[in-house]
Amino acid sequence: MLKNFISSPLAAVADIQGAYHRYHLIGTLGWQDVATRYRRSRIGAFWLTINMAVMIVSIGFLFGRLFGQPIDEFLPYFAAGQIIWGLLATSINEGCTAFSSASGIILQVRIPLFIHVARVLWRNIIIFAHNLIILPLVFLFFMKPVGWVALLAIPGFILLLLNVTWIMLIVSAVCARFRDVTQIVQNAVQVLFFVTPIMWTAETLQGRVGALILNLNPFNSLLDIVRSPLLGQHPEMIHWVISIGLAVVGWIFALWFYGQRLKRLAYWL
Amino acid sequence: MSKQTFIELVDVGVDFPVYNAASMSLKNRLLSSVTGGTIDREHDGVLVVRGLQEISLKISAGERVGLIGHNGAGKTTMLRVLSGIYHPTQGEATVSGECISLIDISLGIDPEATGRENIRLRSAMLGLTPEQTRRHLDDIIEFSGLGDFIEMPFRTYSSGMQLRLAFAVSTTVTPQILILDEWLSTGDENFRERAEERMRRVVDSTEILILASHSRTLLTANCDRIIWLEHGKVRRDGKAQDVLDEYFGPQPSALTHS
Repeated sequence: MLKNFISSPLAAVADIQGAYHRYHLIGTLGWQDVATRYRRSRIGAFWLTINMAVMIVSIGFLFGRLFGQPIDEFLPYFAAGQIIWGLLATSINEGCTAFSSASGIILQVRIPLFIHVARVLWRNIIIFAHNLIILPLVFLFFMKPVGWVALLAIPGFILLLLNVTWIMLIVSAVCARFRDVTQIVQNAVQVLFFVTPIMWTAETLQGRVGALILNLNPFNSLLDIVRSPLLGQHPEMIHWVISIGLAVVGWIFALWFYGQRLKRLAYWL
Repeated sequence: MSKQTFIELVDVGVDFPVYNAASMSLKNRLLSSVTGGTIDREHDGVLVVRGLQEISLKISAGERVGLIGHNGAGKTTMLRVLSGIYHPTQGEATVSGECISLIDISLGIDPEATGRENIRLRSAMLGLTPEQTRRHLDDIIEFSGLGDFIEMPFRTYSSGMQLRLAFAVSTTVTPQILILDEWLSTGDENFRERAEERMRRVVDSTEILILASHSRTLLTANCDRIIWLEHGKVRRDGKAQDVLDEYFGPQPSALTHS
């Protein structure tokens, strides 16, 4: 009984360990994905940076004006939020097709399946790094000082990645079997974008409903533990607690869930 | 490497769920559970195909095993079970040893990337470390005869050059278990001999060879044991000569002798 109960998480752990040993394959595939997309363009992947910058500046000015926010406060806030959210959202969305788009490899080579998930995550981290260049420019433009507290963004970022990874494990396994879920996940992520304070600030949302939306939304916490330090504020303790708790509970569930589906995955492709 | 190389299947069966568009969707799954879930699985579109049934066998180090059978007899499924890609739905399969299947040698190749990048990609896929790849790099470039073309995008190569490069990378591996679906060749007259020699080296260095083929000559030359699959079951498993004679009919040369 107990053996059955722990055998799936153990299989999942073994799979992830196996993938870790082949990190160079993950690295190669992830780089290749980014390189392929921009192969024949002159400035390559820096189009990503430009696209993001144009988006941030245009929407930043528009919404700053709309909400009557001082632009030197709002634009850095929006830029940081948007870039972090971009990593989270695209990783989860692309996590849905991690297995189905790698079906050619999966059916021919026996490699730990987590490699395919990690490849998606790694390519999004590379893209994130390209987008990150925008932040210092924005901060410089508005003469916004960055303090030591910004270093807190590093543990925050690791915690964010940990949470994104377990979510990817679950959606990748579900979407390999039920292809429709990909669309559902993408819609859910889109809705989450609007109910999470990225384009608006927590202060603009007042009253009981507002507090409810903020407190029930763990993505708010995940975002905040990276964004607040960058903007020179200490994240509230509650956000750390929620993020750590979510990572622990999420990983336990994901290992069990993913481990159970590991053996059947190849048949679904 | 101290681990012993062997493959053991005990009463292995593989049931294939065949999902059509209807059963792949969550809606149908939910609807069918709302209606009580009594709808036959076959009615909601999941056809279960028996891929393999009741297969028990053991392959030890040193064996050269050929796999024969008509199309649809389960050869591909069997190859995937033997390489550990499919976990059997019944029974137990143990694959001990590092296993590489060379089925599609162009797997992982990116036409937009240069030849050199593709060597890196393809060999990473085959399980080589960057260090090992570097060591084989010159040898691969030399064999494929690409010269300076190695820095050009793969898509600019002639099909012969493309095949030679893919072949050269794929044959740098030295797995303990090698799985082949038909023999690999470059199809290039000038290179046939060298390719054959290269291929021979890989096959000879592997501890277990599994070769699925329709060619009697190939099987006779390379295998000492043949497994004949029919309708997902093992019809015969024995000495190469005996099984091949039964499958293809007696050898023409044997006829003239008698």
